[in-house]
Amino acid sequence: MIRIDSVTKRYPDGTVAVDQLSLDIPDRSITVLVGPSGCGKTTTLRMINRMIDPSEGAISLDGADITKQPVNTLRRSMGYVIQNAGLFQHRTIVDNIATVPRMLGWGKEKARARATELMARVGLDAALAKRYPYQLSGGQQQRVGVARALAADPPVLLMDEPFSAVDPVVRKGLQDELLRLQEELGKTIVFVTHDIDEAIKLGTMVAVLRTGGKLAQFAPPAELLSDPADAFVEDFLGADRGIRRLSFFSSAGLDLKTSPIIAVDSTAEQIAERTTADVPYLLVTDLDGKPLGWSEPGALTAGAVDTAQLLAYGRPFEAGKDSLRAALDGAVLSPTGWAVGVDGTGRVVGVVSQGAVGEAIRSAHAAGRSGAKVAG
Amino acid sequence: MNDWFRIPSDLQNSYLGLIGLHLREAVIPVLVGLVVALPIAQLCVRLRWLYPPVLWVTTVLYAIPSLAFFVVLIDYTGQTETTVMIPLGVYSLVVFVPAIVDGVRSVPQETLDAATAMGLGPVRRYLQVQLPIAVPAIIAGLRVATVSSISLVSVGMLIGNQGALGNLLNDGQIYHQPRLIWLSVITTAVLAIVVDAVLVGVRLLLTPWMPRGTRKARPAEDRPEPAELVLEDAAR
Repeated sequence: MIRIDSVTKRYPDGTVAVDQLSLDIPDRSITVLVGPSGCGKTTTLRMINRMIDPSEGAISLDGADITKQPVNTLRRSMGYVIQNAGLFQHRTIVDNIATVPRMLGWGKEKARARATELMARVGLDAALAKRYPYQLSGGQQQRVGVARALAADPPVLLMDEPFSAVDPVVRKGLQDELLRLQEELGKTIVFVTHDIDEAIKLGTMVAVLRTGGKLAQFAPPAELLSDPADAFVEDFLGADRGIRRLSFFSSAGLDLKTSPIIAVDSTAEQIAERTTADVPYLLVTDLDGKPLGWSEPGALTAGAVDTAQLLAYGRPFEAGKDSLRAALDGAVLSPTGWAVGVDGTGRVVGVVSQGAVGEAIRSAHAAGRSGAKVAG
Repeated sequence: MNDWFRIPSDLQNSYLGLIGLHLREAVIPVLVGLVVALPIAQLCVRLRWLYPPVLWVTTVLYAIPSLAFFVVLIDYTGQTETTVMIPLGVYSLVVFVPAIVDGVRSVPQETLDAATAMGLGPVRRYLQVQLPIAVPAIIAGLRVATVSSISLVSVGMLIGNQGALGNLLNDGQIYHQPRLIWLSVITTAVLAIVVDAVLVGVRLLLTPWMPRGTRKARPAEDRPEPAELVLEDAAR
């Protein structure tokens, strides 16, 4: 565990970057430091690997004060990933990744073998090994940065806005990749960002810092969204807090209806049989069970449905895996007000109305609130 | 044709011998200048306040005519090659110090931060990161310094036949042989162009990591091409 104990960083000109900050950063999980610029999040991160020394207070790693070991030994035990990757432009990709192992005295072959293994792990084509950084895209460079930080298998990974310089699509890919990697590796990650959505997506715990380097709230993301500590945190979380919180509720409890689903080649009897009073529409699927669109029962021709006449079915959610947010989104998107639940292969497993999603949200809130109370 | 390259006997050297001598007198001071400039430049990078005064001193030294240097040095080092090479080495500093300082400063801050965070100490960071990335700027400086040194060696004739190819100029005047003057000027110019081309080759070899399209986009960009300088000097 990394323990930050009443740490203050004051500069000679009187500026206070970090003010009496105390945080216990749990092992093998992602802790995100988030806040507006000037909140001291990067300063805090840099105090952990002693690139900046605190004016007051102490930081310990697994109970030992970090100033008690040689600074370069400490740094080599902590991977560091930075915005724009900060790659060594004069070294090939494989040599960039092998930097720390080489410094730790590994043989050239062993270090390169490790680098090659890591390239595969972070999703880089082995053909890039002999390239130079300028030949890679921003997203690829950032993957190299992550691989380089992981090269000597350090227990701690410090990440300073690593994904903020790449475009949103690449960023989402890198975030998903980090979560997948973390599932495999279980590092203690401290992640700095100014993007609250990134913090909520990645963080096991999120520390919100306010300008002047004071801690505003330290909580799991779901709690942050449900119970912001004060107006600053609430404001920083921004609009749609309620909708975003739905990301933390599973769609597993939704009551999916299977009756209003018909295949595209259904007979008149089947259509009549599936038509019920409580569902005004029927969902038409292809022969494989994948959704095609909604239709009013009367508009359907037996045996040969005109797929061009069907109503859009929004965006299906994966039942049980996606959150209530995805289910609600699907229901809101379709003109029928019904969301389509699918399995992992995209086959329809059931449909659910906006009303039923709303019901599920209300009961999830009730459960969440009582749960929070028990925990608190 | 061979008559063209015949050298008067008072120079006690062949044509190729003079070229070798010329190269030695031009290149050794530049290399020594580079070795001296590296620590000075590193000091200037670390202590920012030191850079302006250092730049001022190198510029003033550059402004001292070589003849004045010779007058002082001749008491200590005599009428030797060393007397010619010392001012050339001193002159090269005016090119090297800013070239290296700019080169080392051009290393992006995040690259330096990454190196520090990976546990590279100051020495490793300098040798493994800053210096290699400064290579293009250093070689740009090396080109200017070498080429100007090649043209300046000729002044050595003033202290008694220590000017290598420059001695031919002197002989040409004494013996009224324009051939010798032409031979001196053209050989010096060709020598400078060839050495410059070799240095460009060295840079290409040392920097496979530079984007191809922008290989030239380095601090030396807006200075005149070194080869032009030597032609100007030779023309004087």
